[in-house]
Amino acid sequence: MSATTASPVRTAPGTAQHEGGMHARRVIGDAASHIFLAVMAIVWLVPVAWVLMESFNANTAPYTSTFFPTQYTLDNYVKLFTETEVMNFGSMFMRTLIIAIIVCLINVFFVLSVAYCMSRLRFRLRRAFMNGALILGMFPGIMSVVAIYFILKAMGLTESSTGTVVALIVVYAAGSGAAFYVMKGFMDTIPFSLDEAAILDGCSGWQVFTKIILPITKPMIVYQAIVGFMIPWLDFVLAKAICRTQDNYTVSLGLWQMLQREYITNWFARFAAGAVCVSIPIAILFVLMQRFYQSSMVGAVKG
Amino acid sequence: MTQTVAPAKAKKPQPGKKRPVSANSLPPSPYSLGAALVHGDVFTRGSALVMGLGNIARRQIGKGLVFLAAEAGFIYLLVVSGIPSLIGLGELGPVTEGRQEWDADGNYISVQPTNSVEVLLYGIAWALILLLFIVLWTFAIRSAYKAQVLAQSKGRAPTAMEDIKSLADSRLYGSLMSLPTIGLLVFTVLPLIFMISMAFTSFDSNHPRAFNWVGLHNFGVVLGDSASGGIAVNAKMFVSVLIWTLVWAIFATFLNFFLGMFMAMIILRVGTRIKAFWRVCFSMSIAVPQFVSLLAINQMLQQEGIINKMLRGWGWIDQSLPFFTDATWARATVIVVNLWIGIPYTIMQVTGILQNIPAETNEAAKIDGANWWERYIYVTMPYIFFVMTPYLITTFTANVNNFNVIYLLSNGAPTPVGASAGKTDLLITWLYKLTVDRGDYNIGAVIGIFTFIVLAVVSLITYRSSGSYRNEEGFR
Repeated sequence: MSATTASPVRTAPGTAQHEGGMHARRVIGDAASHIFLAVMAIVWLVPVAWVLMESFNANTAPYTSTFFPTQYTLDNYVKLFTETEVMNFGSMFMRTLIIAIIVCLINVFFVLSVAYCMSRLRFRLRRAFMNGALILGMFPGIMSVVAIYFILKAMGLTESSTGTVVALIVVYAAGSGAAFYVMKGFMDTIPFSLDEAAILDGCSGWQVFTKIILPITKPMIVYQAIVGFMIPWLDFVLAKAICRTQDNYTVSLGLWQMLQREYITNWFARFAAGAVCVSIPIAILFVLMQRFYQSSMVGAVKG
Repeated sequence: MTQTVAPAKAKKPQPGKKRPVSANSLPPSPYSLGAALVHGDVFTRGSALVMGLGNIARRQIGKGLVFLAAEAGFIYLLVVSGIPSLIGLGELGPVTEGRQEWDADGNYISVQPTNSVEVLLYGIAWALILLLFIVLWTFAIRSAYKAQVLAQSKGRAPTAMEDIKSLADSRLYGSLMSLPTIGLLVFTVLPLIFMISMAFTSFDSNHPRAFNWVGLHNFGVVLGDSASGGIAVNAKMFVSVLIWTLVWAIFATFLNFFLGMFMAMIILRVGTRIKAFWRVCFSMSIAVPQFVSLLAINQMLQQEGIINKMLRGWGWIDQSLPFFTDATWARATVIVVNLWIGIPYTIMQVTGILQNIPAETNEAAKIDGANWWERYIYVTMPYIFFVMTPYLITTFTANVNNFNVIYLLSNGAPTPVGASAGKTDLLITWLYKLTVDRGDYNIGAVIGIFTFIVLAVVSLITYRSSGSYRNEEGFR
């Protein structure tokens, strides 16, 4: 691989002919980019580390005088899941996990279906749907929160605890069909000759979808799955509108509650502990899916 | 759906449409509603009255019965609840004020004012159901006509088995699209129409339960120059919030995109070691819920927060930095914190796209003597823009509507005394404050509509002139 491929430093065209100069520039470029990445990594990791350290803080109040805690303890985690009288974080956690997993599956399926139809199939109303989804996305979502609550109330889904779970799943999943643009943009880059070859070999539209397009789309499915899981996992506004009592709270509402004025002095460290717990499923998702996250188009079409 | 093209005419293969799958415009359907009514026989036309009749006559018994049942169910529901709901839309409820009165049996009872929200919701829902039924009705007639034509030309109409099979192949779009579309209709379109209609009512903090139509009055309040009726909203405030919203969205979108792409390319370059490690570093902040990191950063940046305390402790500053108390500081702060939130996502996406650039294009450019910068400008960038333009537009709209970052990080602070919008409030957080905190749903809805108009103008122009809309096959 020639050195010019990699050099991040802007070089004037023409100077790249000197072998020695290229080598020096490459070393400088490598050093500069590593230093840059290291500084940026610190910027990105410090707030994360701060929350992690706070979760082990023996002092439960918010404003401490040192950046990292002076005394460490596991109490915050133990209390978070055992002291359930004031706030039952464990049940909030499980409830949100169930909602998020189901929504993630539906979301990925919906987005893939719509993106495939928009990218590979041609039918009447296709353009209308694309434009419609674009227009819907331009309306501020907050506008509809109140209306969604009234609709769910009319459906009788706001009374019981199970009803609220169902309501949240339905609402999060229902909106996912409009978020197909990134996936469609990706599918648009897949060569059409693959579909044509498969159809010649006797594949139906469904088989082209599942056997040709889906395997190639894997990196984007990873992205979509993470997004689909995190929408319900992290949502705050919609959950706040739908879950009116603390028995129905999701984790984000629980964590938000811990920072309210009457809780914050006793619960700040437990808030940090809860934040770490909430991060764990997302981290697991990343690690599990990291191995799919690689280029998968190599050798798909022989030129 | 009303093109009257005779089937014989449309069946001719059209020259210039040799690639039917990738062609952007399809020939009009030979089985249109108009054609069905003009050329259909008595059963097909009869389907307009008794849905499914035509299908049953062509031995598509199951399909015909489904249509018939749908029609019967619709008419029953329309009579029972549809018609009263639609009539209710006119007045939004007869009782406008609560009062006490004697009923027929001599009991003293209190009459509650009508809950206009429910009346409005049911009325709009029924209007939507009516529209959907009309779509189903045209579909039933066209289906009957198709069965008629196929029965005449091929001897029999497709069986139920063949119909179901076609759902996995030639009409795959029908089966894949139906559920997502229904979801969007019920939980996105219906609530939106509901809220838009509120802009034309008097549903504010003074009329929390019973309200009525007021026409364009609320638009006059937002665009007027006085704070009328105790609502602190006027044109000056609206324009200042609007300008900040646009500035914010432009900075948030493009800084995120270019810095994220820059970092992704540095990670991907050949000389960079331990690529996976760097990627994990920047992915860590995605694992922490946005909601948590925003609240944590908010805590860190308070006047007595950890950052100010440390900077003072080191003697770098004398007074606390006014992160959320000075308008300019607060605005810069939210933009920078948003970079922290957004760049990891951009890195993830751009990495996926960069790895997908066909290697041969780059190789060809290299053989032709292009250096890395020329390859970047003429090969990589067009490709990234081609894939990312829709993403950039959605990000822009998402940023205009970025509720979380503003609400959880600054909550609009600093807010001038007596104003309903703070210096970092976007239209969307202002809308939220007006509706949820103050109960002025009508003014909030007006602001929502203006937000939409702004976004529609900006993004339709950019989108329609972008490569990925005009030429979807550009990079195949």
